[in-house]
Amino acid sequence: MVYLTRKVEFAASHLYHNPALSAEENRRVFGKCNNPHGHGHNYTLEVTIAGEPDPVTGMVLDLKELKEILEREIMQRMDHRFLNYEVVELEGQIPTCENVARVIWNLLEPKIPQGRLHRVRLYESADLFADCYGNGARSAI
Amino acid sequence: MPERLHIELGRRYRFAASHRLHSAHLSDDENCRVYGKCNNPYGHGHNYTVEVRFSGAIDQATGMIANLADLDAFVTERVIDPFDHRSLQEEVPAFRETVPTTENLCLEIFQRLQLFPNAKLESVRIEETSNNSFEYAGDKESQPSRGEQL
Repeated sequence: MVYLTRKVEFAASHLYHNPALSAEENRRVFGKCNNPHGHGHNYTLEVTIAGEPDPVTGMVLDLKELKEILEREIMQRMDHRFLNYEVVELEGQIPTCENVARVIWNLLEPKIPQGRLHRVRLYESADLFADCYGNGARSAI
Repeated sequence: MPERLHIELGRRYRFAASHRLHSAHLSDDENCRVYGKCNNPYGHGHNYTVEVRFSGAIDQATGMIANLADLDAFVTERVIDPFDHRSLQEEVPAFRETVPTTENLCLEIFQRLQLFPNAKLESVRIEETSNNSFEYAGDKESQPSRGEQL
């Protein structure tokens, strides 16, 4: 099994607010992230595909193809967007790193034509990231 | 939503500390041969980066596996405050007898952080320098497999 990883970066804004909580609770739980005007991050997304290299092309998955999938499914949806208001898949959810990574997994997983999606790692900053794996399992890497 | 995903939260912390690699089980000559410059009796220091990963269910009310403020406070109390700007073998009791290699530091930090009550510690990875990193993910043989947990 070979693991191939492609990295892309996008910039987006978000805010954390749960309408079921009081204003005071929202401020206590989410702190600065509860600012109603929102704030933004430079996100770094690493997508890892697992598979055997094709005997003819030597590739697990053509990187050009993966690049196009990421552009279509993720960049066009999320880059320079306000995640709370412009990404329908996040409707009704707090756009934390965990939830955005999960949404990205669900968007990409059915679109990978060769190999299989192994891991989505989303960095919200250099010191905070979320990993998403399918089937409740993660492998050694 | 019919999905079986395993999600982890990763966070990086930093501390600076000094250490000296010296084993009581070895002679002075052997210590010098095995540890080289790291055996300097005055010690030396590193800027350590500790990367931790926790798993758990996403709390629907907060969208989080664990509240970062809670996690940061726990790690600061259990690891950063007792290690930062300290001499590991002189000031951390765990390293009085155990050589403070970064391998052993991974084990010690794993032990401390697996007590975090709000999520399950998956791994501790420490960068001793930008060229050396060490990772400990627990003793998998004594744990149920991930598939069984979920």
